[in-house]
Order: sequence, then C-alpha cells, then structure tokens
Amino acid sequence: MSTMAVPDVAVAPVDEGFWTRSRKVGLTLLALGLLAAVLFGALATDQQARFTLSDDAAGAALEINGTIGAILFGIIAIAAGAALLAGVPKRWFLPVLAAGLVGFVLSFLCWQVSAAPAGQNFMPLVNIIRGTFILALPLIFGALAGVLCERSGVVNVAIEGQLLMGAFSGALFGSLSGSVWVGLVAAAIGGAFISLLLAVFAIRYLVDQVVMGIVLNLLAVGVTGFLYERLMQTDAEKYNSAPRFSNWEIPLLKDIPVLGPALFRGNIFLYLGLLLVLVIHIGLFRTRWGLRTRSVGEHPTAADTLGVKVLRVRYRNVLLAGVVAGIGGASYTLALYSFTKNMIGGKGFIALAALIFGRWNPTGALLAALFFGFADQLATYLGAINSSIPSQFLAMLPYLATILAVAGLVGRVRAPAADGKPYIKG
Amino acid sequence: MSDPTPQSGSPDKEPASEAQAAQNALGNTEQAESATEPTRPASSKPDPEAEPKPSLGRLFLDNLWAANTFTVTLLSLVLAIVVGAVLMIVSDPDVLHTYTYITARPADAFNASWTLVSEAYANLFKGSVFDPEAFSGWLNGSNGWQAVLAPISETLTYTAPLVFTGLAVALAFRGGLFNIGAQGQATIGVIMAALAGFLLPLPPGLHLLVAVLAGALGGALWGFIPGILKARAGAHEVINTIMLNYVATYFLTWLIVQNGVQDPTRTDAISKAVDNSAQLPRLLGDNLRVHAGILLAVVATWAVAWLLNRSTLGFELRAVGANPDAARTAGISVTRTYILIMVFSGILAGLGGSNMVLGSTASALTPLVVAQIGFDGILVALLGRVKPWGVLLAALLFGALQAGGNRMQSYSGISLELVTVLQALIVIFIAAPALVKAIFQLRAARAARLQTSLAKGW
Repeated sequence: MSTMAVPDVAVAPVDEGFWTRSRKVGLTLLALGLLAAVLFGALATDQQARFTLSDDAAGAALEINGTIGAILFGIIAIAAGAALLAGVPKRWFLPVLAAGLVGFVLSFLCWQVSAAPAGQNFMPLVNIIRGTFILALPLIFGALAGVLCERSGVVNVAIEGQLLMGAFSGALFGSLSGSVWVGLVAAAIGGAFISLLLAVFAIRYLVDQVVMGIVLNLLAVGVTGFLYERLMQTDAEKYNSAPRFSNWEIPLLKDIPVLGPALFRGNIFLYLGLLLVLVIHIGLFRTRWGLRTRSVGEHPTAADTLGVKVLRVRYRNVLLAGVVAGIGGASYTLALYSFTKNMIGGKGFIALAALIFGRWNPTGALLAALFFGFADQLATYLGAINSSIPSQFLAMLPYLATILAVAGLVGRVRAPAADGKPYIKG
Repeated sequence: MSDPTPQSGSPDKEPASEAQAAQNALGNTEQAESATEPTRPASSKPDPEAEPKPSLGRLFLDNLWAANTFTVTLLSLVLAIVVGAVLMIVSDPDVLHTYTYITARPADAFNASWTLVSEAYANLFKGSVFDPEAFSGWLNGSNGWQAVLAPISETLTYTAPLVFTGLAVALAFRGGLFNIGAQGQATIGVIMAALAGFLLPLPPGLHLLVAVLAGALGGALWGFIPGILKARAGAHEVINTIMLNYVATYFLTWLIVQNGVQDPTRTDAISKAVDNSAQLPRLLGDNLRVHAGILLAVVATWAVAWLLNRSTLGFELRAVGANPDAARTAGISVTRTYILIMVFSGILAGLGGSNMVLGSTASALTPLVVAQIGFDGILVALLGRVKPWGVLLAALLFGALQAGGNRMQSYSGISLELVTVLQALIVIFIAAPALVKAIFQLRAARAARLQTSLAKGW
C-alpha cells in the first residue's frame, strides 16, 4: 500500500541517515516505557497483582507488588526502546520490539490489577486466553477469507457481509434441519453466495471492487435483517433455534497447563480456524495453487502468458473465501448465540484490519486477529474490575493500530500489486 | 494509487449531455424524456446502422431502449423492485402456502402475492409522495392541508442529510479518492454540532450558525486525518476512513455518558438536548418535520457544482482525479489537493451530521444518532453518477424510500430492512450496466460510456 504512495512524496528509503525506521520505533517505545514506568508506576497501588494460571482466583499464580511490577516492566520497555535506538541487527528487531511491547502491556496490567477493588486483584490467565481466542475466531476466519481473495487480486471489503450471511444461513438451515452439519454446510454456501456476487460483478462486470464490497455488506445486512424480522422473530422456535456444536476435548493436549484448558477444550470452529491458518499458509507458499494465486495477484498478465487461467483462479479463490467466511459466521450461530439482526457488528471490518495489519499473510493475520481479540477481551476484563480506562478506548485499539500500520509507523505494509485491478485479457 | 494508466470512462470524460441525462434520470419521467430527446439524434448520427432519415419519433423510441444512463437507471429501479417483491413473497408463510397447490388453483397464489406486494409498494408510495386518502380528507374537510404534504415533508427530512453525505463522497470521488469515512466524519460533525448546541449560551441566530459551523469543523478534522496520511505517508484512504469510522463511533458512545454531556435526568446513553436557539427552523409549521436543512442541502449542491466546474480548485481536483501524474507534471500540487479534497469532503459530511441533531430527526446525541447516512451517502453518490445535481436527485429517491419504508413497516408489516435491500440492489444494478443491458436486451448504443470503471487497487 505505501509503496503506492503519492509519488511526489518519495517513499521513505530504507536507509535515510541516522533516523532509520528502527530508531524511530525505538524512540517511540522508549517514550512509551517512560510513560509506563512513571505514570503507571505512580498510579499502581501496593496491592499484590496476581496473574493466576486458572479460571479464577485460585491456583498457581505469578505474583508481584503492583508498583514494583509497573515500574519494572516499564523499565523493560525502556531498555528495549533504548536497544533499538542504539541500533540492533535487523533480525533482532522484531523480538526486541515484541519484548518491549509485552513489557509495556504488563506494566499497564500491573497498574490495573493492583488498582482493582479489594479481592479482585487477580487476572485469570486461562480465562483471558480462552476469551481472546473466542473473540478472535471470527476475525481469523474473516481475515483468511481476505487473504484468499486479495492474494488473487480481488479486494474483499465484503467480509462483513460474508460472515453475516454465513451466520444467518447457518442458523436458518441448522434450525430447519435440526442438524449442525447441515447448518455448517449451509453457512458455507451462504458465505459463498455473497462471494459469488462479488466475483461475478467484480470479475465479469468489472465493477469497482471496493464499491461492490460496501454494497454487498449493505445487501447482506438488509436481506438477513429482513428475513430475520419476517421469519425468525415471528417463529423463533422453527427458524432460529439451531443446534450447537458441543466442545471437544482433545486427549493429552487438554492436560497442558494453562494452554490446555484454554485452547484444547474448545469447539470445532477453534480447531478448524487454527487448522485453516496452517493449511492456507502452506498452500499459499508451498503448492502450485499458491504460486498461481500469488502470481495472479501480483502480475496477472505475466501469469496469463505462462498459461495460468487468471479469471478462473480468481473465481475459485473468491468463492473459497466465501466458504471460509461463511463458516466463520457459523462460529457464532452454531456454537454461541442465536441469530440477531446485524450480529457481526463490524467484526468483518476488524478482520479486514487484521488482514492488513498481518500484511496479507495467513500467519500475520492470525497474530493480528489474536492481538485484536486480546484487546477486546481486555476491555471486557477491565470493565469487570471497574477500571478507570473506558472500554471504548480499548475497543478503538484495533482500528488505531491499523491506521498506524498503514501510515508506515509500524513497518511498511504492501498489498498484492494487482489487488483491486480487474484483469481484461488483451 | 499512482496507477499511471488513465482511468477510462472516468466521470470527467462524459460530455455535458450525459450529465444532463443523468440529472434527469431520476426525476419526472416526462420531463426527463423531453430533456434527453434533443441530445439523442446528435449522438446517434454517426451510427452507420441508422436508417438514412428516420423520423424523430422512431429515433426517440430506438434510443429509449438503448443502454443510456436514463434507461439503465430506470430499469435498475424496476429490477430492484422485482427482487424486493420476490423477497416479500418468499418470506410470507401464508402466501407461500398458496404456492403448494399452485397447479390446482394458480389464481390463489397469484392473487395472494399480488395483494401482498401491491399493498406494500402502495404504502411505500403513500408514505413518501402522495396519499390520496389524505387528499380527499382535505377536500371534504376531515383533515388539514398538513396531512397532504406530510409524505413530502417526511421525504425531504430524510433527503437533507443524504444530500450532504452523498456530495461528500461524490466530491472525493471526482478527485480520485474513495471516502468511505463519511460516516465517521458525520459522527464527529454531529458531536461538535450537539456540543455547540447545548454547551454554548448564544443568542438565537448566532447559536444556530455556530452549531452548524461546529459540525462542519468536526467533519473537516475527521477528513483531514486520512487526507494528510494519504498525502504524506501514502496511506490508503479507503482503509484509514473505514478505521476512523469505528474510532468515531466508539468516541461518540464514550462521550455520551460523560458528566456534563449526559442528560442528568436519564441513566441511559442520551445527551442533553440541543437548545431551541440552535435548531434549524421548520419550514411548514410545527406539525411537519421538514426543516431548513433541505434548503442548506440545495445550496450545498449548488456550491459543490460551482466548486467542481467553475473554480480553480475544482479544475485541479478533477485533473488530479483523472490522472495524478499528469496533474503533477502540469504543476498542480497533488498532496495539497488530496488534503483539500478530504477536508472539503469532511466538511460536507460534517454538515450532514449536524443535520441529524439540529434538525427534526433528533435533538440529542444517542449512539445511533447518525443512523447510516455515511454509508447511504456512498450509494447516493454512485446512484447520482458522482455529479452534484445527480446526487441531489439520488438523495431524493433514497429519502423517499426511507420515508415510504416507515409507512410500509407500520401499515403492511414489511420490515424497514427491505428499503436497505432495495437501495443496495439499485446501486448494484446501476454499477453493472452490462448486466442490465443483457437482462433487457438493450441496444448497445453509447454503452462504452456506461462502463463503470472507478476501479483502483488498495
């Protein structure tokens, strides 16, 4: 994206004297660390901040004095920032940055947990991790749908609509048939239906893909909302009482401390989502399909010259994206809640943000989705302990992070070169 | 962004006559026909297939079925209405039941469907344009003249904010930027306008002026951010405006419940009400909701048309939109233009936002005070073919759908969501003229110009 900058503003070259990107990031981190050590340290109380390795206050825990913890972790962030400022080898950049950010977050948490009302000075890590994954799940599916679409050169702003349609048809047909599996297939088809519209209009009729995505989101909101009011509200028993997947415990893995109860006692969607990340990552970078997809997304003319059927690849990928997003939508209605109007509520756009933040990369998208899910879960947690931080500001975090990423402050992001450009064989 | 290939069929390249046709496309059918008629013979003269000397009437009929902007727009409307009817039928269990014995008594299914659909659409019309019952009631004195004008008043009330957001999106489009952030800009606009409306103790006329300007300022600020990020860092405005929409929404939900903003007598999320001195005056008495916002909207349309077509900035803006590289070579500062486009676009969206709280739709901030005007504005801009007066007419159509949808919901029990479906469908069909052409077997005349190719990458 940023390489497509307005050309009279030269794209910042990698080497621009002393103030390289790594140093700027270092300076920012240093400032954040100072803020953490001084401000969080001052605000934290002398209570012990407990990070328990369980679902509640009981069990083993990491314990630290609030003030000391806030200052200590702040100093870690300062040290990481200083290291980046002093200059570190390139391959150390990411680990040092990560360490610094983790220090900052922990310093913040020490302040918050120690300042919580008496008796609530603990943070149940298992609970937090599980919540993070549950909240990140639709984002993971959505972002993967984005990866599939955009790597082949079709901008997918319709993720929201695909998730919503998947959730709706999963609920509807799951209820009618009484079978979760029918619901799951119907959800995949529902998502693929929105995708089909996107593909036909973007590829066949050359409609602007962003425009089409926006309009399809509205269409999905309208159609599902309309049918919800007409069918599901009048007869919820018949149309909106889909069966739900029960949780599957994975033998052995479920006994791993912390991660076991958090991750390996989940439902099918959790495993499917994580598996899909792996499959799509390998598929994209290790198989013939992936090579073709990427070549079509980067340089369709060259791919066409080599005999790749550009339009066919695009159709297939866009439809696959719809299937993935549709299943993601079903992770709501076939596992957690019954369908309500506009129930995705902007998650599709956070998924888009995760896709961009994760640099159009399945693994990156997973990490971004987890980060956004964590921010979401943290907002819930802080609300529960009556934090002074308004939850709305935490909810803004994914969006602000994406703006910073796109503006080039947190590393350069670049979309596939042919993303959004219709291919006309000539 | 720096895609060097000029975008074929960009709106700028359409000749003036096309603009004329687009403007008339949504208006009164008779008017539009008479207005577009004279332009047709000229355009089809070079057509080798044309008869040597066809009569004017024959030529007119030929062109009526050709794929021009007007015909495509009208047929898109028809298609959307048909799909809407199908949705109504399949979602009504009673009507659907008559289809189970359609082979035995087809009339049942037909009648039931017809009653359902025609009543719903009749209510849509009665709620937005003209209600014969209210008219006859006025003639025999059972209700006042207000009831006759009520549908129009409702339509205009919903139209006003859509004109502003539609213009905001259209203006940015003409400069080559896709402003999806009208929603966020309107949100910040509504916040600023409301704050000025209940925090500042000012005399009547001045108070309104300040509140409106505050809304514009809020929108300008929220437009400036993606503008400067685009110009300085090359960050794509589509992504940033999407993200800023949500930031604005969360900011609004946070702000409403703060001390000094929240209505002290309420516990739910609602702010204090805007002072009377800061409210836009109603035009037709207190019983009808239409307010001065619609007049502002017409003025804004004129101003944007002037800005685009007559001013230096408008020329630079269109040049940058058509081809940034060429514009730069010609000495136009592309970065400056991008920032200005987004600021102006934000001002318009902010004004749309202030309409929502200073007009008659609401007088206090709530989490949903801006409704969907920003997203609807995108559809309005596309339907209006990104031309100022076209946007005004498109907003009128959308306003009418909204107003009629309310009546359809309360009288026929058809959910308001159907209006969203209709709006989305109209724009989908408009955006793909080739599809409409294929469905109705339109002649291919002037089809090349109808290619929607606003396409660009991230």
